[in-house]
Amino acid sequence: MKYEVVMGLETHAELDTESKLFCGCSTKFGSEPNTQTCPVCLGLPGVLPVMNKKAFEHSLKAALTLNCEISKFTNFDRKSYYYPDLPKNYQTSQNYFNIGNNGYVDIVVKGKEKRIDIHNVHLEEEAGKLIHPETSGANYSLVDFNRAGVPLLEIVTQPDMRNVEEVESYMQALRNILLYIGVSDCKMQEGSLRFEVSISLREKGSNVLGNRVEIKNLNSMKAVLKVLAYEMSRQSSLLDKGENVLMETRLWDDVDSVSRRMRSKEEAHDYRYFPEPDLVPIWIDQEWINEIRATIPELPVDKHQRFVNEYSISDYDAGILTEDKHLADYFEECVGLSQDSPKELSNWIINDVLRELNERKTNVQDFIVSPKMLVELVKIKPTIGSSIAKDVFGEMINTGRTAPSIVKEKNLTQIDDVSELNDIVTKVIEDNPKAAEDYGQGKKSALTFLIGQTMKITRGKANPKILTKILMERLSAGSK
Amino acid sequence: MLSHELSANQIKEKIIKREITAQEIVEELFEWINLKEPLIKAYLCLDKEGALLKAKEVDKKLDNGEKVGLLAGVPVALKDNICTVGIKTTCASKILENFIPPYDAFVVKRIKEEDAIIIGKANLDEFAMGSSNENSAFHITRNPWNTDCIPGGSGGGPAAAVTADMAFMALGSDTGGSVRQPSAFCGNVGCKPTYGRVSRYGLVAFASSLDQIGSVTKDVYDAALLLQVVSGHDGFDSTSATVGVPDYLSDINNVDGNLRIGVPKEFFGEGLNSEVGSAVMNALEIYKRNGAELVDLSLPHCGYAVATYYIIATAEASSNLARYDGVRYGHRSQLSEDNIIDMYSRVRAEGFGSEVKRRILFGNYVLSAGFYEAYYLKASKVRNLIKNDFEDAFKKVDCIISPTCPTPAFRIGEKITDPLQMYLSDIYTIPANLVGIPGISIPCGFTNTGLPIGMQILGKHFDEGKILKVAKLFENETDFHLKKPNLIEPEPKKGIDI
Repeated sequence: MKYEVVMGLETHAELDTESKLFCGCSTKFGSEPNTQTCPVCLGLPGVLPVMNKKAFEHSLKAALTLNCEISKFTNFDRKSYYYPDLPKNYQTSQNYFNIGNNGYVDIVVKGKEKRIDIHNVHLEEEAGKLIHPETSGANYSLVDFNRAGVPLLEIVTQPDMRNVEEVESYMQALRNILLYIGVSDCKMQEGSLRFEVSISLREKGSNVLGNRVEIKNLNSMKAVLKVLAYEMSRQSSLLDKGENVLMETRLWDDVDSVSRRMRSKEEAHDYRYFPEPDLVPIWIDQEWINEIRATIPELPVDKHQRFVNEYSISDYDAGILTEDKHLADYFEECVGLSQDSPKELSNWIINDVLRELNERKTNVQDFIVSPKMLVELVKIKPTIGSSIAKDVFGEMINTGRTAPSIVKEKNLTQIDDVSELNDIVTKVIEDNPKAAEDYGQGKKSALTFLIGQTMKITRGKANPKILTKILMERLSAGSK
Repeated sequence: MLSHELSANQIKEKIIKREITAQEIVEELFEWINLKEPLIKAYLCLDKEGALLKAKEVDKKLDNGEKVGLLAGVPVALKDNICTVGIKTTCASKILENFIPPYDAFVVKRIKEEDAIIIGKANLDEFAMGSSNENSAFHITRNPWNTDCIPGGSGGGPAAAVTADMAFMALGSDTGGSVRQPSAFCGNVGCKPTYGRVSRYGLVAFASSLDQIGSVTKDVYDAALLLQVVSGHDGFDSTSATVGVPDYLSDINNVDGNLRIGVPKEFFGEGLNSEVGSAVMNALEIYKRNGAELVDLSLPHCGYAVATYYIIATAEASSNLARYDGVRYGHRSQLSEDNIIDMYSRVRAEGFGSEVKRRILFGNYVLSAGFYEAYYLKASKVRNLIKNDFEDAFKKVDCIISPTCPTPAFRIGEKITDPLQMYLSDIYTIPANLVGIPGISIPCGFTNTGLPIGMQILGKHFDEGKILKVAKLFENETDFHLKKPNLIEPEPKKGIDI
């Protein structure tokens, strides 16, 4: 393509708090419509907002984590527009004094590091939700205000992204960060994480930005990538034809996979921002900042590097383990219990634990096999062998019992004793004279057959190494 | 003296001493209201049933020897922009004509806890926007001293009710003078506390940074009593102050130390009615005779107060009134609606009166992109300059005294066609709202035609105790507050069409 693509992202993340931003109503998802409302979040006459401290501190934490400059003085502003899901017909947001400004997120794309600048991070209230009746021709719509007033964090980037890989990497990095610091559950299927993108094209080498198109309300990363691909081709074909790209806001239609005009620049809202007189300004002192900073955990990027250095696991494995903070915590708990086998524990987690989690659609916090149980299994493994260890793992998941108790009950300990194995081998050779003879005549597959027979008798408990050694000795001796 | 003519504190004492029951008071009061309300029309809604229920509750408490509250058995009127659970709260607007709040305002909870009896909701200019009561969507309240005159606004209903002895005290709201100006016009005591002293939770917002709940009473002691009850921090109002509430009552008759009274020249200049001016000058002489020192002051930026006010107040109002859209409550057009914009337009065109529309338009204009800096931001800066003027003044004086209004009550219809003239009626009261300081209006004389004249005392932030004492000193020396209007039927007049 002869054009350079310029993209920026606005991310809305619902903050993980018990109650709404300005009232005591619950933020629980999925309740009956309008059961989590009160005079305040319904915007009745005479009500006033009171700031949720937790929501503010979550925002502060996010702004700090995203390397923002923290305003000493913050204030809230009213953003006015009329819509039936907005109880007061203004949204209490921040415009003149955001919590954080000028931050950044470092991402890695194809092995290359890139810094995405954050323009600002601010706190605002969520709107309600319109419900349109499914019957055609209905002349009404309903509104559910359960979501109205849920705290919402908005993170606005500079137009720093130049290809979809960067956008994807940024979205994932941001999501990971928000999850890591515990300020949002980032559940896209519940609308906890939403994106708005802005995209413009310009001739490569040009310094002038092209006309920007904004696309609102994208509920998944997949939708963002789809809409960007669509817009790139739509805009470039317009430019190819010598036509103008209109500066406008568009909506993404997921069913038809097209974007459609929502409003032109001329129709853009004048939000008539002014300082919210019902809330008092908040002053953020260094002490508060330090207090919040102390609650920020190690971030995915740092943890990744540390895992490689400290536990000598591969870069790839460290990447998988640190993608989910809880998985990383699980791994570190295991390693804390058994320092001598980080590599093996990592293998178990990446291959077996993750597979089970995916199959069972559960998360590691709720996984029945605790770190302690996994470590016990790894410790007992040399006495039962890899193959039986996998079976024991399966048994642990099904029953919740520990490896030692399963091994003990089923008498699964390997037979390492040479004389005991010798006796068994003697019997096996006696029972299978033909196979022993074949081996003597150079038919090597006979050995595999005899090992199988021995395993059958011992129910797989014979130590395969010792067994093979004994069998080979005996058969060679017999053939002489 | 008939019992409805007593002050709130006097009637409370009688009830506590069991000289009269709360129920008897309510019965007698409603008889009087039935007689006089057709003349004055102070109320939008009366709740005799609820009042009797509460009266019986208070009487029962006393029967059982239980402790009763600070306002035991006192019938109180509320301006109809203060939310009352189960009782319509209309703001004198068609848009809220049938709105019944599911919750009580903070002040309503407080007075109920102190055993007050709510008798009804009093008239106002629609959404408290006006200075004459003529902007009520329902009817015009008349001044009990001369029923051809307006009672003032926006709280004309509460003031007229108290003056006509149809309530013992009332709660109103003061955004630019809506408690003090009608109190001056009706000859009672109107007190606007410091911004943040009384919670605004449940007061239907007009201009959030200026609105403050205030009291309308028959004398200064009652003002102190009501303030004592409704003051204090409220967790539901972020702007409500955490400053402790002093005892306003026990020491009200002692002005401690040498009293220095500031007399700002800007409040005695052009536009001041000569009768009003000389009444206030006479009052100042009384203070002087009682040992006060009068200090000439200048508050140079007060000349910009009205202009500043009408930018800030309308900006905030345009946003505060945005919620009246017919979606969740309030007026809904009977006409068919093609789309949501159509629905909004009809609801608001039908629901709001012309003054409210004027202010919404003005407010939206001053907040529009490209105008915000020139108007709202500039006004906020001027507001700071006015604050500085008062801060400097209060370094030199304990309080500031001025007329409450430049004129006495004017005639119905006199200014309604000229909004600018109407706005100037609040020229002396507006600065206190912009600065957030407390102010009280007390009667200080009468005009030749028998209309009351009000004098305003302004104090430092949270210095309500001081201005109440200064007001009480004057009241102790005079009897203007004891005068009662002669409530006779007026002769039918031509030319006034209401």
